[in-house]
Amino acid sequence: MRNKKISYMIRHGIVYLVVILGAITFLIPLAWMFVTSLKIPAQIHVYPPEWIPNPIAWENYLQILTFFPFFRYLLNTLYITSLNVIGVLVSCSLVAYGITHIQWPGRNVIFTLVISVLIVPYAVTLIPLYLMYHRLGWIGSYKPLWVASFFGVWTFHTFLLRQFFLAIPQELSNAAKIDGCSEFRIYWNIVLPLARPALFAVALFEFLWTWNDFLMPLVYLTNQKMYTLSLGLAFFQGTHDTAVNLLMAASSLVTIPVLILFFFAQRSFIEGITLTGLKG
Amino acid sequence: MNFKISKLRMANTRNGLLFVSPFLIGFGIFYLYPFIASFYYSFTSYSLVGESQWIGVLNYKELFIEDDLFTTSLYNTLYYATLFVPLSLVVGLMIALLLNTNIKGKSGLRAIYFLPSIIPLAASGILWVWILNSRYGIINETLRALRLPAPRWFSDPNWSKPGYVIMSVWASGQTMIILLAGLTGVPRQLYEVAELDGANWLHKIVYITLPLLTPAILFILIISVIGSFQMFTQAYIMTDGAPANSTLFYNLYLYRVSFRYFKMGYGCAMAWILFVIVFTLAWSLFKSSARWVYYGREEG
Repeated sequence: MRNKKISYMIRHGIVYLVVILGAITFLIPLAWMFVTSLKIPAQIHVYPPEWIPNPIAWENYLQILTFFPFFRYLLNTLYITSLNVIGVLVSCSLVAYGITHIQWPGRNVIFTLVISVLIVPYAVTLIPLYLMYHRLGWIGSYKPLWVASFFGVWTFHTFLLRQFFLAIPQELSNAAKIDGCSEFRIYWNIVLPLARPALFAVALFEFLWTWNDFLMPLVYLTNQKMYTLSLGLAFFQGTHDTAVNLLMAASSLVTIPVLILFFFAQRSFIEGITLTGLKG
Repeated sequence: MNFKISKLRMANTRNGLLFVSPFLIGFGIFYLYPFIASFYYSFTSYSLVGESQWIGVLNYKELFIEDDLFTTSLYNTLYYATLFVPLSLVVGLMIALLLNTNIKGKSGLRAIYFLPSIIPLAASGILWVWILNSRYGIINETLRALRLPAPRWFSDPNWSKPGYVIMSVWASGQTMIILLAGLTGVPRQLYEVAELDGANWLHKIVYITLPLLTPAILFILIISVIGSFQMFTQAYIMTDGAPANSTLFYNLYLYRVSFRYFKMGYGCAMAWILFVIVFTLAWSLFKSSARWVYYGREEG
């Protein structure tokens, strides 16, 4: 009996050790980024690295703001991101409702389409869409970066919402229908309020994807003043190749908003992924 | 009565169509049309100025017979996917198994392992160029301090792709989350019964945990195969193909062809080859699942 207890404790200890060492390893790159962003050039390549820089060079951040228009890029990114979030919340929730809470012959076909477009590589549609936007005169504007989101084409969200809507009892909407409630009012007044956690997860994912997206801004934006944070950062890297501390300060600035969001909403992130993975 | 039912059915169909109409229109404009158009363009020569010119299978012929960079990019991408897909699965599985024990601070640790996957790729790409810098990078400094050989990573064509794999595994936290969710769905009683039969932890993992995780593993394999074939942002930011085209990945080359040389028809042909590859892989994974994926039944 005692032996068993000791071996249990040893095993438990090993698990702790491995998990914590692993977690530290996963955190080191990010820690290095922040620490390096606060170093003076002479300290950067010191090994072993000083994890608390001395002196702390806050001025690095002031210095990069002179070449890296962070606040402009931040506003640009927020603009595109909020339009996309609104777009997917409206369009994907409508579609998800249409294939879960309404009994009609086409719903399975639509669901099959929703799933199958997920495996189409973006490269396949990229060039014709570019040509289409070119003909519309939209290249160099923000429109190619958000208009599509209002048409429910980012079907990952539709799928996520469908999983959640299916768990909302049909009897609820049927009862409301018997009481003469219109389909739209059931969607708006019953299903959407119940689906708040799923909608929140969708908003988070879309926010993150637009925020981190690189290819679309790269292809469609031509004016440097309209760049997003990610694109601006890559451009900054191309022009300031050697100053590692400044490069890390710029990278930190692009990362920090995402970290803040994650800090407050990590449970929703994780639940959202779980929702799509479990019944996949 | 009959009349009433059919009227209800009509109303439902009309409402259903109304609700899905954004996607119906969107599917036509943003998927169906470009899907067909890119297939058409792949048989043309088109450079944004003037009209597209029908050239038959010439693009495909050039890709497969003359274009060495195409073959290189395909090889690089296959190489990367072959290392990344199994490695991220194994690492994710190990972390998930460790976190599924009754340790304290589980949700904090889970957040730490997940965190790298949400960092903007532009930022983490720049970061990893320096982490894996062959002279000053923290990884090589550590390897040298431990008297271990230090690869030259992104300066060595043989080590540049493994460098990308390491970075991508670091950022594949959602694999772990999906597996962890799968693990919490495994009924405790199964382990208890196995323990009574004298099973040790390895038996339990191999005979209970892994079979019950196979649906989650299938899902992960499909999404990570699709994802790794479409790797672009890191490649563009970190090495842009260098050294010696060893990191010229498929979509990086496709981007160059289409948006630097404006060979739109050629780019479309590349895109369609990619589509066929990705579709075939996803489909065969899905088809193979009947043989290795365990779908538990409630009764029985």
